[in-house]
Amino acid sequence: MADNQKLKLALYWAASCGGCEIAIVELREKILVVDQVADIVFWPVAVDAKYKDVEAMPDQYIDVCLFNGAIRTSENEHLAHLLRKKSKVLVAFGSCACEGCIPGLANLNDRQSIFDYVYLESPSVDNPNKVIPQPTYQMPEGEIHIPKFYNTVKTLAQIEDVDYFVPGCPPQAPQVWSVIEAIVAGNLPPKGSVVGANEKTVCDECKHDRKEKAIRKFYRYHEIIADSTQCLFDQGIICAGPATRGGCGSLCTKVDVPCRGCYGPPPHVVDQGAALLSAVASVVDADTEEEAARIVGEIPDPIGTFYRFGLPNSLLHRARLVKE
Amino acid sequence: MNNGKFEPRIIAFLCNWCTYTAADAAGVARMEQPANVDVIRVMCTGRIEPMFILKAFSEGADGVIVSGCHPPGDCHYNNGNFKTFRRMPLVEALLTQFGIDEGRFHWGWISGAEAPLWAQLARNFTEQVRALGPLAWKSQKASKED
Repeated sequence: MADNQKLKLALYWAASCGGCEIAIVELREKILVVDQVADIVFWPVAVDAKYKDVEAMPDQYIDVCLFNGAIRTSENEHLAHLLRKKSKVLVAFGSCACEGCIPGLANLNDRQSIFDYVYLESPSVDNPNKVIPQPTYQMPEGEIHIPKFYNTVKTLAQIEDVDYFVPGCPPQAPQVWSVIEAIVAGNLPPKGSVVGANEKTVCDECKHDRKEKAIRKFYRYHEIIADSTQCLFDQGIICAGPATRGGCGSLCTKVDVPCRGCYGPPPHVVDQGAALLSAVASVVDADTEEEAARIVGEIPDPIGTFYRFGLPNSLLHRARLVKE
Repeated sequence: MNNGKFEPRIIAFLCNWCTYTAADAAGVARMEQPANVDVIRVMCTGRIEPMFILKAFSEGADGVIVSGCHPPGDCHYNNGNFKTFRRMPLVEALLTQFGIDEGRFHWGWISGAEAPLWAQLARNFTEQVRALGPLAWKSQKASKED
């Protein structure tokens, strides 16, 4: 921790896959420029610093903290509070921290049902003594603790004050770079802004030709070979483009894979899943109630389709919790 | 009014031209209806974004009604109700996945000439939701849940 004028940067991963760390490394040789302008004071995946080192830092010691991952356990939450205290600027980095992302789909279940499946019922599990993790356990040497597993996956902003949001699963390297440039130049937008993304939807960046939509059958991606010139949605493949913020450069639709919605809702959209559901159902080509119900009834797993990246950040946050 | 019985809060999104007119007529004719139903008038059921329904539940509604003009021909805008019957089955499936009981959401059609039908729906739906008990979605907001 040098006493020079370099920017003090911290990165942390909570409930995430590690893809956001890869997104940083994907800066390639520019990572050396990051090293020139910034000291990385904490980054569990790459730098040897312990939690106690962070606890020992004075408040507001870190200039910028890029926090990726959702809040799944008490450890995630503790670090979120700690890093907020130690950082001048706290950034929700990546879809998990912004919206909950794939780990957030666990909000369709609760702690009990997840533990039952993972530790007892899953076909690949061999657990004859039915051992389930306990937050505290008495050993001969003393009491040991592991973090508490919450019922609900939360976004960073649901438990802490967040300065900026960088969406994406993961955020694309050029966008990450533009965010770092903005930080170094001190050229930051108003607090609460989404940075490293665009103000329009993915459709705005997509190369496919759009026509009037009239869909008689929805296809899952593996059921059809998509025409690479026509809008995927027009072809009956559910594409989250109309309800998703652009900024990725429409990476998926560029290779004829439908958008899944990882950049989150566009500006002014409160609930990404509801917006996508509305867009999808409205273009069904059915003039009777029975026909419409049949066509939309073929869409499997509405939450998994419409809220793939945003369930914890949606209006309802999670499936109804049956009290234990 | 409150005699210890659970009083459900019900939000009804009604189209200006049909069901709202029916609800208005039911009131003018002094038909018996419960005070639990809060009516929100919209110009067309095709204007009701699914988000409105989710928002109502997330803010504490125990039940939601969507009602407009009979398809195919009654819609003031020709085909606004077509949008409704394409969306609502999917909204139903979504609510089921969220764990919201089927009986808490009703969508359908009541024309301006069917005031008694509206009064009956308001009465029956209120009792149905009362029997299901409070939904209390606010109490399980992520920020409060462990």
